[in-house]
Amino acid sequence: MTAFAEVVTKALVRYVSVPGLDGDVALITLENGHDHTRPSTFGPEGLASLDSALDAIEARSPGVRAIAVTGKPFIFAVGADIQGMPLITERGQALELGRLGHRVFARLKNASVPTFAFVNGAAMGGGLEIALHCQYRTLSAGAAALALPECFLGLVPGWGGTQLLPNLIGADKAVTVIIENALNQNKMLKAKDAFALGIADALFEPADFIETSLAWAAGVLRGDIAVTRPEIDRGQGWDAAIARGRAIADGKLHGAAPAPYKALELIELARTASFAEGTAAEDETLADLVMTDELRAGLYSFDLVQKRAKRPVGVPDKSLARPVTKVGVVGAGLMASQLALLFARRLQVPVVLTDLDQDRLDKGVGYAHGEIDKLAAKKRIGTDEANRLKALISGSLTKDAFADADFVIEAVFENLAVKQKVFAEVEAVVSAECILATNTSSLSITDMASRLAHPERVVGFHFFNPVAILPLLEIVRAEQTDDATLATAFAVGKQLKKSCVLVKDAPAFVVNRLLTRFLGEVTRAIDEGTDFTEADKALDPLGLPMSPLLLLQLVGPAVALHVSETLHESFPDRFYVSENMRKLVESGKTAFYTWDTGSPVIDTEIAALYGPREGGPSGDEVRERAVAALAQEVRLMLDEGVVAEPQDIDLCMLLGAGWPFHLGGITPYLDRTGVAEKVTGQRFLPRGIASVA
Amino acid sequence: MPRTVRDVVFVDGVRTPFGKAGPKGMYAGTRADDLVIRCIRELLRRHPELPGERVDEVALAATTQIGDQGLTLGRVASLLAGLPKSVPGYSIDRMCAGAMTAVTTVAGGIAMGALDVAIAGGVEHMGRHPMGEGVDPNPRIIAEKLVDPSALVMGQTAENLHDRFPELTRERSDAFALGSQQKYAKAMADGKIQADLVTVATRSQELGWGLASADEPPRPNTTLDDLANLKTPFRPHGRITAGNAAGLNDGATASIIAAEDTATELGLPIGMRLVGYAFTGVEPEVMGYGPVPSTEKALRRSGLSIDDIGLFELNEAFAVQVLAFLDHFGIADDDSRVNPWGGAIAIGHPLASSGVRLMTQLSRHFAERPDVRYGLTAMCIGIGMGGTVIWENPNYTGAAA
Repeated sequence: MTAFAEVVTKALVRYVSVPGLDGDVALITLENGHDHTRPSTFGPEGLASLDSALDAIEARSPGVRAIAVTGKPFIFAVGADIQGMPLITERGQALELGRLGHRVFARLKNASVPTFAFVNGAAMGGGLEIALHCQYRTLSAGAAALALPECFLGLVPGWGGTQLLPNLIGADKAVTVIIENALNQNKMLKAKDAFALGIADALFEPADFIETSLAWAAGVLRGDIAVTRPEIDRGQGWDAAIARGRAIADGKLHGAAPAPYKALELIELARTASFAEGTAAEDETLADLVMTDELRAGLYSFDLVQKRAKRPVGVPDKSLARPVTKVGVVGAGLMASQLALLFARRLQVPVVLTDLDQDRLDKGVGYAHGEIDKLAAKKRIGTDEANRLKALISGSLTKDAFADADFVIEAVFENLAVKQKVFAEVEAVVSAECILATNTSSLSITDMASRLAHPERVVGFHFFNPVAILPLLEIVRAEQTDDATLATAFAVGKQLKKSCVLVKDAPAFVVNRLLTRFLGEVTRAIDEGTDFTEADKALDPLGLPMSPLLLLQLVGPAVALHVSETLHESFPDRFYVSENMRKLVESGKTAFYTWDTGSPVIDTEIAALYGPREGGPSGDEVRERAVAALAQEVRLMLDEGVVAEPQDIDLCMLLGAGWPFHLGGITPYLDRTGVAEKVTGQRFLPRGIASVA
Repeated sequence: MPRTVRDVVFVDGVRTPFGKAGPKGMYAGTRADDLVIRCIRELLRRHPELPGERVDEVALAATTQIGDQGLTLGRVASLLAGLPKSVPGYSIDRMCAGAMTAVTTVAGGIAMGALDVAIAGGVEHMGRHPMGEGVDPNPRIIAEKLVDPSALVMGQTAENLHDRFPELTRERSDAFALGSQQKYAKAMADGKIQADLVTVATRSQELGWGLASADEPPRPNTTLDDLANLKTPFRPHGRITAGNAAGLNDGATASIIAAEDTATELGLPIGMRLVGYAFTGVEPEVMGYGPVPSTEKALRRSGLSIDDIGLFELNEAFAVQVLAFLDHFGIADDDSRVNPWGGAIAIGHPLASSGVRLMTQLSRHFAERPDVRYGLTAMCIGIGMGGTVIWENPNYTGAAA
């Protein structure tokens, strides 16, 4: 393993005297010397520190009454130091890392005195596993998050989690934590939910958590407090839990990544195996998974969304950004209303919607106000905040209301002439520096700006639907966009809490271009006669969040058709426009599947529209075509300079299309399957970046 | 509407263990507000019969009201302690008698019917906030010779007191100090102090979490010889040493003060009944004399004489100022009624917090001493003041324990 600087989490020991208890308690603090923004993690040196702390405690005379483990403020510990993992080149190294953690943690399970975990803050992965090794656990109600996120990355809880958790809280709840939550965009448990699951024996308020926990421990040691835990169903309940876990994994992945299935095998093993057998199996599984490209792609993806998404590449200095104190939105349709709501919530400045039609305007403002009322009803915001936000969002029939706006975004019909006209009207009203942003998904922003007095103020601001939820924002630099405009756009994007990626003004930017190219291959196959279901299931082995036909349904066939037509105009050789889709849109149908029978069935009218299913490519061929098309398109986009690096493409696909970690977005998958080299003659990323070196 | 004066009672009090101020002290990495918040939370935990919304006021004292002792500490600590937002609070400063003044102030409010229940206490983290931090004395103090410049240095005022009463020698001071240490050590061994204390989790990045569960300042093994050999930092060949004065300390206290009728209604225990109190000013350069006139005044207003007082909890800022008090009232240096479990010389004196420590300790004595009807708590106060609060023992039967 190449050397890397482990931020060592030290196990600091103090011997404390607790009122009402004869003899000291050894209190271990897990501390990495940084504040809570750099949570404590465990690498080999950290494990060695815990090991020697336990040596010192064992050697102490007189002996201690108990050992308790807690963390630095706000953080208990958040697991293995995964920074070192991409550097592992031999299976034996991975095996050793697993075994080392197991050996050290087991000392807490097998100690000669009772052991306690005082989970004072975030506890994830190996951090939670340390706590599970202790015989008793208290939990702070202020702990921000608890999770076993390993399956999310492509690992299994490999330091005892798969063995200890199901035996503590039952297999079904363990499946919730290890499989369901991990695969549900890495959902974290709040403290009270973790307590309700039985992960901790006591839940205490954060204000004096350590004091209360020590007093509680003293009560347990004196025998004044009895700790009871529920009986675990080791029969049918366990079977049902495994089956449920498998159904969840299949639903998300269709077998495309191994980790959750391996985790389920280990949970199954935990029903009967001794702890030694179970942890030995964890070691082997962990070592296997660490040497998979799926895991390496997962680690690569995690790094992209944690780091690159927060520090976009190629952005002008933020000092150039201008303040935005009022926002204009041209249009009052659904997209415009969603934008108004987002800007008002995040920027907390007045937002004016304009439309020529009073009814549409009322509807648009009404939608935003209605959404604010819903937030208040759900107690996500208070009534004062709701009043404030509603007062911020207003409508106007004339663009004069934009006069003092600093940022105007248009969300009108996707037509170049219309948008040019809108921008000209806005420019007539606003200051020379007011940013003009467009939410276009496919038109040329350079063309849109070309007739303005100040084209340098125009920037693309491409959101993904639903705007409030999807984290990606493609920020598009047109030919004349200046640095101040771009810096302001990125500053606004950050305030909107979006992950922003800088892209060049190229047709459909990144996500829509790739999705359209890829869907084009599927619709082409169906036009050629492939069975709907066969074509739709062809991509299952990738484990995408949605099948192609469901994605078409979500986007809306009309929009999808329009984007494919636009791209076809730019790149007629590569972007397919389906005649059947055209017919489908004309028919007014919006969904391929009906659920009348409780399971999806292809709509018979659509089937009739498309004609007989014969002569098309097989499912395997469809997949090969679609994946090859992706490789070709990504290479072309990089060559055209649409984005700076393959990492930007991957970040866009992870955040804008929800493509899975185990694909690494897309380029790691194209590299490891050999498709990249076969189609384009080269890899996208060097070996070792998102794959085993 | 006719107004009835209501009896005011001291329900219960707690304190943190007191620490030595400074970078090596056990609270070096602990915030001042957290110390007093911990006291409030523990009081509420010990008295579940007191619903948080019945607390009408949180009065907290600190001498240096900046940083983590600022920001209207009584209000902020109330919020952070988890009391309902409807509970108001304020900060109070009368130097060493801050917490004592918090108690008498809320007592006044209770007596006239504005409050039913209050939390009163204080905090001083002298490590984070050394005495005199950020002060800006008015130049007129010097220019107009209004106050002797030594008045702002407490050790010098204690030396001044030795000057005024030559019969108060260093030897008497050292002997008194030794007694304080020994009485405290015995009380600890007998388990008398522990009930007053709340544990405090302490932390440093180098050492990790610890738990403060005992006072840090006491020196139970000190001897007269040790004391005699200490330097006199305030004057060459002076009399005041680190041994016969309270140290520089960190700590906090809190108490529940209630109308007696409300205490009865809620089922709150009654530790002491307030009889009367008084504060008086003296020349700032001999501030240690303050408790003499404040006690005379309090006795006079309460219609009691010094002979009625069966127990004294006197703050030991300096041994000499306690001795001045004892001499004035004709009480022996080692009278068993005075600070029976030791005092600030052993325990420490985190300025604004100490008043409630005296009261908590007196209430514990009262519980054990049904033969004593009245006791008093008194302390000297910087800038030349004294404060005295006289209490009645609700357990009084007249019979010896």
